[in-house]
Amino acid sequence: MKKYESVIGLEVHAQLLTRSKLFCGCRTVFGSEPNTQVCPTCLGMPGVLPVLNKKAVEYAVTAALALKCRVNERSIFARKNYFYPDLPKGYQISQYNEPLAEGGFLKIEAPDSRKTIRITRVHMEEDAGKLLHGEGPEHKDFSFVDLNRAGVPLIEIVSEPDLRSPDDSVEYLKALRDIVVYLGICNGNMEQGSFRCDANVSIRPFGEQRLGTKTELKNMNSFKFVKDAIAYEIQRQIDALDSGERVIQETRLFDTARGVTVAMRSKEEAHDYRYFPEPDLKPLVVEDAFVQDLRKGLPELPQVKRERFIREYGIPSYDAGVLTSTKALADYYEDVAKRTNEPKTASNWVMGEVLRLLNEDKKDISGSPVTPENLAGLILMVKDGRISGKMAKEVFDGMYKTGKGANEELKTKGLSQISDESELVKIIEDIITANPENLERYRAGKDKLFGFFVGEAMKATRGQANPQVLNRLLKERLGR
Amino acid sequence: MSRQEENLFLTSLTIRELRGLLLKKEVTSREITDAYLSRISALDPRINAYVTVTHDEAVKKAVECDAAIARGAQSPLLGIPISIKDIFTTAGTRTTCSSLMLKDFIPSYDATVVRRLKQAGAVMLGKTNMDEFAMGSSTENSAFMKTKNPWAIDRVPGGSSGGSAAAVAAGLCAASVGTDTGGSIRQPASLCGVVGLKPTYGRVSRYGMIAFASSLDQAGPIAKDAEDAAIMLGVISGKDSLDSTSEAMPVPDYASLIKGGIRGIRIGIPDEYFVQGMDKEVETLINNAIGVLRGLGAEPVRITLPHTEYAVSVYYLVATAEASSNLARYDGVRYGHRSEKGRNLMEMYKHTRDEGFGAEVKRRIMLGTYSLSAGYYDAYYKKASQVRTLIKNDFEAAFAKCDIIITPTSPTPAFKFGEKVLDPLTMYLSDIFTISCNLAGIPGASVPCGFTDKGLPVGLQILGREFDEATILKAAYAYEQATQLTKKRPAL
Repeated sequence: MKKYESVIGLEVHAQLLTRSKLFCGCRTVFGSEPNTQVCPTCLGMPGVLPVLNKKAVEYAVTAALALKCRVNERSIFARKNYFYPDLPKGYQISQYNEPLAEGGFLKIEAPDSRKTIRITRVHMEEDAGKLLHGEGPEHKDFSFVDLNRAGVPLIEIVSEPDLRSPDDSVEYLKALRDIVVYLGICNGNMEQGSFRCDANVSIRPFGEQRLGTKTELKNMNSFKFVKDAIAYEIQRQIDALDSGERVIQETRLFDTARGVTVAMRSKEEAHDYRYFPEPDLKPLVVEDAFVQDLRKGLPELPQVKRERFIREYGIPSYDAGVLTSTKALADYYEDVAKRTNEPKTASNWVMGEVLRLLNEDKKDISGSPVTPENLAGLILMVKDGRISGKMAKEVFDGMYKTGKGANEELKTKGLSQISDESELVKIIEDIITANPENLERYRAGKDKLFGFFVGEAMKATRGQANPQVLNRLLKERLGR
Repeated sequence: MSRQEENLFLTSLTIRELRGLLLKKEVTSREITDAYLSRISALDPRINAYVTVTHDEAVKKAVECDAAIARGAQSPLLGIPISIKDIFTTAGTRTTCSSLMLKDFIPSYDATVVRRLKQAGAVMLGKTNMDEFAMGSSTENSAFMKTKNPWAIDRVPGGSSGGSAAAVAAGLCAASVGTDTGGSIRQPASLCGVVGLKPTYGRVSRYGMIAFASSLDQAGPIAKDAEDAAIMLGVISGKDSLDSTSEAMPVPDYASLIKGGIRGIRIGIPDEYFVQGMDKEVETLINNAIGVLRGLGAEPVRITLPHTEYAVSVYYLVATAEASSNLARYDGVRYGHRSEKGRNLMEMYKHTRDEGFGAEVKRRIMLGTYSLSAGYYDAYYKKASQVRTLIKNDFEAAFAKCDIIITPTSPTPAFKFGEKVLDPLTMYLSDIFTISCNLAGIPGASVPCGFTDKGLPVGLQILGREFDEATILKAAYAYEQATQLTKKRPAL
């Protein structure tokens, strides 16, 4: 029996996919040449003022609604003051006392059970720039500042300490990422830092209601790192308590190379951010009509879609999970399923051939050369018995290469099916003539030999015989 | 007239008078501009109003204006030479805020106020001296030089827009734009005997105006008389998409509105502003002014602004808190001064800010940092914000009983150099009558109301309702028509 319960809360930052920055018109393209997406405003030049990007508000409200938060009609921007070279104004414009939205929740499929994780708040803020430390003999004593990212809009999503394990935490994070990606408001890229997370971790004896002393973990830019860092930190805290030490409130950095967390700064060294209301911006007023419009426009979210796929299409939970992993893939699948009325077959095709070839090419579904319409055409050909399943795979490979439809692909490949009875009859006659013994044994009751004749016929037609026609003709000619 | 007499004549004229001569083609913008430029080179070494004189750009613009006038173009300031407080960014012209921190800073963008003035045809003569980052009441906090009061060369011009007020008073520009956070337009206007107006918060864009205290800062005109102030205000006012706190209120034609007379206008006299050790001469001149206004048909009424005594405290909490944050960007990383000393980031920050900022700026950054700190925020910044609301409410209640409020602008006339600079608290009290107006966000003006026995000008402050600059200017115009006090020029 475990002695301690771990208690985890996550603070997630998601970069919003707006074309321009939160408070100026600069572009937000990732990976541009340093300091090419900057202007006096995001450089923090003297006298400049922020002007709020309405699209960012729309995206932030959309996220808040998807997370079932209460959107505050009036919220306040605040300045978070600290000095760092990647922070041009010496303060970050964020929200503090009166955030955009509060009191939501997110359901997760934890390994042991379904859980509801409460969301404390969703607020808007601007990103900082980046420091690049110089390399090589010429530059090793220098740090370089790239302010392309400075002012890019973020939402911060803060959870209540409702998570109980590293697995819980990763599930929550995945569910959250699915949502923001589904909503089209964030690309969810953890490596590039457009979706990142800090974790507050503490432990307490089972049954204890009060929270233990927490540490804040930073620098976890993959799901694996999040899991490893939290797991390490929980064990570190357990070891500390068990050996009679105390957990100290501090910020700890995950060392990805060593897989350990390292103290960065203690509570005493923590910044005093001297928050106060941003006087350059009026309170943000979000009209109810605006919220209602966005609520109406909310897409079906991944969890709901997954459940609907299971119910409506009768596909297994695993399939539904894979197919709803992105909205584009789900839309693709659903299109094929509807056109064919063969949801399980459609699922097999999409999860099998389609994703296999796309994965080989490192493409996602939006890059598929086979359209849902063309895939549906192929599936229907098999269903109608016009081609065999085996042939269909070959045809699909061709369709994938050329982007053509099934019919066209069949023609160009000379792979059209042999349904011409006289031709098939001729082939069957030849096989019978060549195999008199097997014919005898079949006629004597050895039913299994029927398969032998099918196989021979297929061999002779390079698999192009229409299976239904072939079966009928074989039965007629073999007789009994 | 000799060239010298003609220059003296041209530089003594108001915007309205100059416009008349320009449109009648009796004088060119080039001639007016040359007159000002030669007066600046002759006189400014004594006054020190200008940090930067943009001689070549001014001549070029004047020539363009003359061509435009010849084509029949009309715009409110076409060909009129003005100066601009060195707190407004000017693209291609260095903008220092009278600080070593920005000694060599050349912005790439015009402040909205500057852009609007240029579009209206104004010729920029240069950038005027000020207290560093607008922090001060005497312009002694400039990192570069002391600006002299044109009426008494051994006295301060007031501040922080001291360079602008002195330039207008000395005939070194036709008009100027300053900024006012706690009295920085009105107090120097008062001490230099010119008209200065701080508009309603949100009336004029703050874009490109280097921030001191963002919730209080407002740009406004400093001019030779009320009519010129009205013309300038009309040009710089209005909603700006670059400033979210600017308001989309319509901009009336101030210059034509001001001539309606003030019969029946109720003037509020606040009990709280006429007590405790006020300079006797100032008190007498203000009382005389009230008499003049009554003679013009205005009706004085006693009012009360009960939270006045807290204004200075509230101001020095709110303004310093905002300043401590606004001035964080001067860190030596991207522009401005960077210290050569320091072996790591923290040392670079410390040396840069130590070398770049003057004593008063440092004092206010420290005060503001303190009042925003964890554990003090509620007692200081938050409390101050609450009292600020009470002060605003005082004015709302008062304006139910009156249309404008009359007070002295400054408790004293111009003081001598060094007299207060070593005693910050006494200096802070120079703004005791002007600060509430900024806290409440309402407009206020200072107009000349006479001279002390020593010949020092004294200003009358007129406060108005939100976005009712027109009534203030109307009263100012009526008063100056009756007294002719704005016609007086210092002997230089």
